[in-house]
Amino acid sequence: MEKIAKGESKMECNTTERKYLTVNPLKTCQPLGAVWACLGIHQCMPHSHGSQGCTSYLRMQLTRHFREFIPTTTSSFSEAQVVFGGVGNLKQAIRNILSIYKPKVIGISTTCSAETIGDDVPGTINEMRASGDIPEDVKVFTASTPSYVGSHVTGFSNMVKSAVETFAQKSSPNGKINIIPGLLSPGDLREIKRILKIMGIDAIILPDISDVLDAPMTGEIHLYQKGGTTISEIEDMGNSISTIVLGREAGIEPAESLKEMYDVPYEVLPLPIGISNVDKFIMKLSEITGKPIPYELEEERGRLVDMMLDAHAHWYNKKAAVFGDPDIVEAIVGYANDLGINVLYALTGTYSSEWEKTVKSMVPDAYVSSDSDLWYLKEQLDKKPVDMLFGNSHGKYLAKEYDLPLLRVGFPILDRANLQHFPIVGYRGTAWLVERTGNTLLDYKDAKSPEHLLELIM
Amino acid sequence: MIERNHAQDDMMESLVEKNKKLIEDITESYPKKVKKERKTHLVVIDPSEEQHIMADLATIPGIMTNRGCSYAGAKGVVFGPVKDILHLTHGPIGCGYYTWNTRRNLAEPEEGYNYFIKNCFSTNMQEKDVVFGGEKKLYGAIKEAYEIFKPKVVGIYATCPVGLIGDDIKAVAKRAEEELGIKVITVSCEGYKGVSQSAGHHLASNTLIMDIVGTEELEDPTPYDINIFGEYNIGGDVWLVKDLLQKIGYRVVSVFTGDSKYDDLAKAHRAKLSILMCHRSINYTNRMMEEKFGVPWLKVNYIGITSTIESLREMAKFFDDPMIYENTEKVIEEELMKIKPRLDYYKERLKGKRAILFVGGSRAHHYQDLLKDIGMETIVAGYEFAHRDDYEGRKIIPEIKEAPHHKILDTYHFERVTEPAYPQEKIEEMKNKMPDHFMNYEGMMVHMDEGSIVIDDFNHHETEELIKALKPDIFLSGIKDRYVFQKMGVPSRQIHSYDYSGPYSSFEGAVNFARDMDMAINNPIWKEVTPPWKK
Repeated sequence: MEKIAKGESKMECNTTERKYLTVNPLKTCQPLGAVWACLGIHQCMPHSHGSQGCTSYLRMQLTRHFREFIPTTTSSFSEAQVVFGGVGNLKQAIRNILSIYKPKVIGISTTCSAETIGDDVPGTINEMRASGDIPEDVKVFTASTPSYVGSHVTGFSNMVKSAVETFAQKSSPNGKINIIPGLLSPGDLREIKRILKIMGIDAIILPDISDVLDAPMTGEIHLYQKGGTTISEIEDMGNSISTIVLGREAGIEPAESLKEMYDVPYEVLPLPIGISNVDKFIMKLSEITGKPIPYELEEERGRLVDMMLDAHAHWYNKKAAVFGDPDIVEAIVGYANDLGINVLYALTGTYSSEWEKTVKSMVPDAYVSSDSDLWYLKEQLDKKPVDMLFGNSHGKYLAKEYDLPLLRVGFPILDRANLQHFPIVGYRGTAWLVERTGNTLLDYKDAKSPEHLLELIM
Repeated sequence: MIERNHAQDDMMESLVEKNKKLIEDITESYPKKVKKERKTHLVVIDPSEEQHIMADLATIPGIMTNRGCSYAGAKGVVFGPVKDILHLTHGPIGCGYYTWNTRRNLAEPEEGYNYFIKNCFSTNMQEKDVVFGGEKKLYGAIKEAYEIFKPKVVGIYATCPVGLIGDDIKAVAKRAEEELGIKVITVSCEGYKGVSQSAGHHLASNTLIMDIVGTEELEDPTPYDINIFGEYNIGGDVWLVKDLLQKIGYRVVSVFTGDSKYDDLAKAHRAKLSILMCHRSINYTNRMMEEKFGVPWLKVNYIGITSTIESLREMAKFFDDPMIYENTEKVIEEELMKIKPRLDYYKERLKGKRAILFVGGSRAHHYQDLLKDIGMETIVAGYEFAHRDDYEGRKIIPEIKEAPHHKILDTYHFERVTEPAYPQEKIEEMKNKMPDHFMNYEGMMVHMDEGSIVIDDFNHHETEELIKALKPDIFLSGIKDRYVFQKMGVPSRQIHSYDYSGPYSSFEGAVNFARDMDMAINNPIWKEVTPPWKK
């Protein structure tokens, strides 16, 4: 059989409406997001109640994205558990986790199998608490996170919500603000903390994966790294002035709980990526805390505007498709609007009519969908092409097929190392994204230029 | 002379004793029940006693295991690499998503055939499907897939909720076959079945033999037709091996299942011999093919130079043909010549380096041979999902007690349906000539040095303690423990995915592997871990 050259195997296909079939999804399952959230809590062991495969898969995916150790235990279901119930395995698991891994916190999320058979996880924990199996000083929180509801973003939200509902209390005002940062990278969290420091703002960030998933190489082994939100910080969240939700889809529910339980008001903002989104964040911080915006940040902003002007010709009026998790897609759409890039498609797989409304209002001419996948995008690119893609690593096959530059943002990034260390939030982070945007397009232009048109000065 | 031997004996004895004590120490911090259970999965090789190891048993809940699930074994490992089957995961999104381009089973598109493996197809079950049943959605998804992609074959893989709610995937498949005129295969590989991915291998084998092998006829058969089993073409391994085999004069009918097509698998029953790489993942099919079609199998290993040579010579012995004998030796000589200078360079740099090897159900054995060839030593080897026969050899099979999880895995036996290529006398003769490898596997443990450690279903705690105590020069495992031990200062490489490198098979692959070991161990960055002001 004669083989055809790689990259030439375009599939012949017809465009059809799909009602039942998902092809190349823009989401994964709740347990992954739940474990992500647990990793941002100090000395927390994430536990996945269900079959082993769920744990193995989500650990694999998160490890590949962060290139860091992802500890997660499992209830190791077999047939017996799905027939007779998994509570026995859960109890055994908790006892073993306590004795072998000695965590301060255990964050338990569930899986399809556990939810389908209906194991009572919170009840089991209460029972073990009452019997003294779980000592006083070990905190446990649980969330119901079957894969057949929502996405990994939902799982993240459910786990953070449970942490807040389980631990937050009200005593006396602490003068702090709460920040729920969604699925940002360690580099992003580091940048947000830097901004807060410059502004002199005390904040509780939940969860905080910096100093957990960007731990330095020391030659030592730590099951738990030094970072992560502590339980006493979470307890204190009921006393804060306000909660800032960065990214509606991942964070609004926990903020809602804090409001209902302790009357902590909240503000929903887009992820602070792109100059307008960062402006909103900085101004809101100033408004809530009464702290002035320091000139240092204004300078950072000024430098960013300068960079955007210097390079504007490289991206202006380019057509783009943006895909990935809902909050980052919304933020990137805002960023593209700031630059004068025309977004033709804004796609995610985490369904939300609220999100669709918001994004549609930002790019009225674009196709916006929260129930989409990458096959849909592929079919559209045949009809209405773009110049560039913003999204996760799964987009690389479309980038190759349609010969487009792909700017890697969001989750998962499996094929480029170290991006998670570099922020794209704040003015400085946006500046770095601006650098990547412009220069990625120039690299692409150089690669495509015939020799006689290869220019030295661009 | 005698004195020196004694000295060696003393040393050996002390290593065995030392490591036996190490295992005591490692398991000491476990709760009593866990300790008792785990100790049956840890063995220090000691030729002075009859040794057994427990395997393929349920992982203790709460233990951070590296094991996956049945779905991973069936869809991820065995069927996933078949490039022209449209692999449809029936279940919520996670399972399909995690097996989407995450295993490096490389495959080349072929003209005239579908090529689906870069895509993820899922029914993306929602709560209402779990409540009201997912059969309608499954049928709808097959129909849409048919309309858009025109597959010749669709594979349906069940995930946890499917079995729990009782979707009849076989009935849906049958209906789709009738109404759409395509082939639809099914594997009921719900993740809770069995104790690891191993259950999925077993279930996938059942589908292979019941629904695929023997359903098409091989045109123009030759006396040199072979199948390659338990080979998934990670990093391109099978491409190197195919080249060698073709140079010798063999024709590869099918590969199970690296870079393979449905049609190849369907014709595999007409091959004269199957060579078997990964015993664990697919030996079920070999047994059934021998029963049903009389195709014998030979356990080979083409990871490592010495073992590649041995395997090629044993294959020649089976075919017992002057042309094959001659070409085998010619190819071995040529390949050795080609790699020698490069291999010598790396051997010098890797001399005496010690490795811990935790991988798979066969690789922890295969890679020991390769490490030896490049001058390295394996001090600990562990499998994730192996059975006792992978450690102790097939002779132990009659003694393996049936565990509860085995009952759910159907085991089929067949009457011979075709005239076999060779008479039974020849088969018996070969068994005598190559007792370790012809229709047999002698297991990993017999090949390991005295004092080395064997672990079944290794976990984080044990790995950490072993690394602390033994300070290996390299840790070879998978992605989940890749970075944690690297942070401890131990060079680490993935032997599942080859860290996006490879191929590692046969002669050229050995050089690639040596290059990667050198890159990991002798990397200048290791010098920078401690800041100069702290040195």
